[in-house]
Amino acid sequence: MATTIERSGEYKVIGTRPIRPDGVDKVTGRAKYAADGPVAGLLYGKTLRSPHAHALIKSIDVSRALKLPGVRAVVTSKDLPQAPDEPVSLGEGPMVNLRFLSANILAQGKVLYKGHAVASVAADSVNIAEEALALIDVEYEVLPPVMTALEAMKEGAAILHENLTTTSLGKNTGKVSNIATQSQFSAGDVEKGFKESDLVIEREFTTPTVHQGYIEPQSVTALWNTDGEITIWTSTQGHFGIRQNSAAVLGVPVSQVRVIPMEIGGGFGAKTTFYFEPPAAIMSRKTGRPVKMTMTRAEVLEATGPGSGSYTRVKMGVKKDGQIVAAQAYLAFEAGAFPGSAVNAGAMCMLNMYNIENILIDANDVVVNKPKSAAYRAPGSPQATFAVECVVDEICEQLGMDPLEFRLKNASKEGDRQASGVPFGRIGNIETLMAAKDSPHYNAPLEGKYRGRGIASGFWFNGGMQSSCNIAVNPDGTVGLVEGSVDIGGTRAAIAMQAAEVLGLAMEDVHAVVADTSSVGYTAVTGGSRTTFATGWAAYEAALDVIGQMKERVSKLWETSVDEVEFNDAVFTRKGNPEQQVTFKQLSGRLMETGGPLVGKSTVSPRGVGAAFAHHIVDVEVDPETGKVDILRYTALQDVGKAIHPSYVEGQMQGGASQGIGWAINEEYFYNDKGLMANASFLDYRMPTSLDLPMIDTIMVEVPNPGHPYGVRGVGEVCIVPPLAAIANAISHAIGVRMYDLPMNPGRVLAAVLKKEKL
Amino acid sequence: MSEKIHVHTTINDTEVDFLAESRQSLLEIIRDTLGMTGTKEGCNDGNCGACTVNIDGRIVDSCCVLAVEAEGKNILTIEGVASPEGLHPLQQAFLEEAALQCGICTPGFIVAAKSLLEREPNADEARIRHWLAGNLCRCTGYDKIVRAVLKAGEVMNQGDGAGRATTAAGAGPTDQRDVYND
Repeated sequence: MATTIERSGEYKVIGTRPIRPDGVDKVTGRAKYAADGPVAGLLYGKTLRSPHAHALIKSIDVSRALKLPGVRAVVTSKDLPQAPDEPVSLGEGPMVNLRFLSANILAQGKVLYKGHAVASVAADSVNIAEEALALIDVEYEVLPPVMTALEAMKEGAAILHENLTTTSLGKNTGKVSNIATQSQFSAGDVEKGFKESDLVIEREFTTPTVHQGYIEPQSVTALWNTDGEITIWTSTQGHFGIRQNSAAVLGVPVSQVRVIPMEIGGGFGAKTTFYFEPPAAIMSRKTGRPVKMTMTRAEVLEATGPGSGSYTRVKMGVKKDGQIVAAQAYLAFEAGAFPGSAVNAGAMCMLNMYNIENILIDANDVVVNKPKSAAYRAPGSPQATFAVECVVDEICEQLGMDPLEFRLKNASKEGDRQASGVPFGRIGNIETLMAAKDSPHYNAPLEGKYRGRGIASGFWFNGGMQSSCNIAVNPDGTVGLVEGSVDIGGTRAAIAMQAAEVLGLAMEDVHAVVADTSSVGYTAVTGGSRTTFATGWAAYEAALDVIGQMKERVSKLWETSVDEVEFNDAVFTRKGNPEQQVTFKQLSGRLMETGGPLVGKSTVSPRGVGAAFAHHIVDVEVDPETGKVDILRYTALQDVGKAIHPSYVEGQMQGGASQGIGWAINEEYFYNDKGLMANASFLDYRMPTSLDLPMIDTIMVEVPNPGHPYGVRGVGEVCIVPPLAAIANAISHAIGVRMYDLPMNPGRVLAAVLKKEKL
Repeated sequence: MSEKIHVHTTINDTEVDFLAESRQSLLEIIRDTLGMTGTKEGCNDGNCGACTVNIDGRIVDSCCVLAVEAEGKNILTIEGVASPEGLHPLQQAFLEEAALQCGICTPGFIVAAKSLLEREPNADEARIRHWLAGNLCRCTGYDKIVRAVLKAGEVMNQGDGAGRATTAAGAGPTDQRDVYND
């Protein structure tokens, strides 16, 4: 169901639900993912990984492995060039610390988490490679592991990096510590605000390490050709980033690397990272053959970047009438083995649903002996917002206020200041809250024992960044569209539809292709909810370029000026003489006689990103005997700007909600006292199945983003933010127990129930 | 290199011979030896269902079946679901209902759901959710997948496509050997 608040124009293609261009290949098994080939004559690589959470590597001896028949090459960190231990700009994308990147790919002197790669072997078969791993002799000196942010921040905690000193509020303190950075975001005076408040509530929350849980394990094939050219076939959300980082870690120019993105089997932020590209390339150089490396599921869970575990403390002060006066937060996120959690993003998101005069947020990025964390859908926001939204619910309960009324009273709107200091542009926070108030779900009574309804909200910035697109006109009046955004969930359709709208064509007449790094201009990751927004914009501009060039052709045919040619509904007409016309299709057939082939092109770096808000409503039933939580009904509401392909917008909202539900009630990395993950399989790391979920109802609220020609704002990420607190709040209303730690699995809920009964 | 065993089987109505090491899984042979990469590997330990195939009317995780067990069997993979006349109603419904995002779990879901609808084209939401609980999807939250299966069931009930639905691999509605019914 779509609630349209504003209309920015009537469209022919946008807002319809055509079948995606890559659909038939994906329902028949023909689509080629990274593990499906991709070339003949392969060697197979496997990786020796640390059995310890924290240890010094005293020695590595690969000689026995190399002697095994069928083994062709071995690689360790010694094969990688020495990388500078400082942030460097590689020309495209953010600054990176190359030594950290390199040392995560192959351990240098120290292993920092169980699963940390130590060496890789390329052999004639996977089995020989696995056999060879057992013949690599590594001598370790085991060190005590530090597994949580708070533990790692304590004086005297084991230090992961002897060269890591804390940067506090932008200044390097020179102090060696596991705290990589401390940041602060503030406005007004919180102390004064708390004094003025009628009610102040402060609570502590923790969330465990969780995994993105994409079904396709990482797979890479690399060929280092005899002319020095390196070709990489991989499963990635951003092949230009893989090109840049692989070239940097290998110490070769960017132009020497070509990355071919295969179809991607899920990523959710995690496949913006790289693991196998450099070792596979080096082993290819050593052997002259393409080397393929595919992860097992256990490797995916133990060695790829999960979402950070977190500690968050939130204090909020309100007036009796529900006005929030002040909010303070303290966050400590686990970055994993190397700096770079999403704590600052979390800090900047967590309060943005509200307009609060006095705020103070302290954010700590802390290294621990877990795999280096990676982006996970609205990185940082779910953990931090969980804390805020639980405190808000407790405030509403104590004030006796309806949670939607409370939110409407405090809702952020255009012009209000974000936690980052930047004012909001046109946002649909209030419109979405109103839609929640009017929704069938919110107005339906919920009856029955042990049942409760929860509400929670979420914010995400959305991204812009850079995109490129080319459109070539075919002689039959269709076009080929070449774009640089990997299609992770229907964006070929959403991008092609925007070009089709400009060209007056059906989406089916726009043949969209995702191109490799040598075939299209730089395009940033498929991430940050930016693809339909920015690459769609690039397609829009490229289509306008096509029309502009075609008008010139028409003007030549008609021997008139370009200004005299108009274009509407796929027909060119002469100004003042609508009888004189030529259709897009007719002209397409006459390109060779009017000047030759025609290609429109564009590159964009759009600003005008529209931020996203979501509000979720959930009904749960708790089994007081077992502590099991069942989701009875779920409604996700979101300001989607303009839904280009509504089915795929709904799909994002449903998928994000489902991942959030898993995060809330089931998923966690379970570590033993040695810092070893004990549940590295899909049996024990339990993601929601079809049996665990109801239908996820969606309400798309369309408040067009004025910063995009079609009003698009990103939709993919904000939907994972509300479920954590929405379910915690629902559980509280069902059984009268507040939950402060995730996941709210049966054991934990039962413990809370029993504790309450004792009181 | 261990000794290889000759296996004779039928895949998607075509007789196939291959050589397999005793330790090799059916999934490995289908993908790497026979080059049929539509069947996906997501976990290799029977927990995600991406490698679902139908053997003699039963849906199984092919990562947990030894290749030598395929001897004399009748196997359906995703490559055998569509016919020269077009897509199976399930495939068409998955497209129309936008029941896939990344698409990696889709072949497994379609092979599993086909087996259900051939027995019970009237399967309701609860039954579909129960039947598909062995297939993980991380993108969709299952909503649109369940709707697609319901829609395909309606189409097959109308007789449109029912003939196609029973073409391959003896996976017909008369087969009662399914042990996953309950």
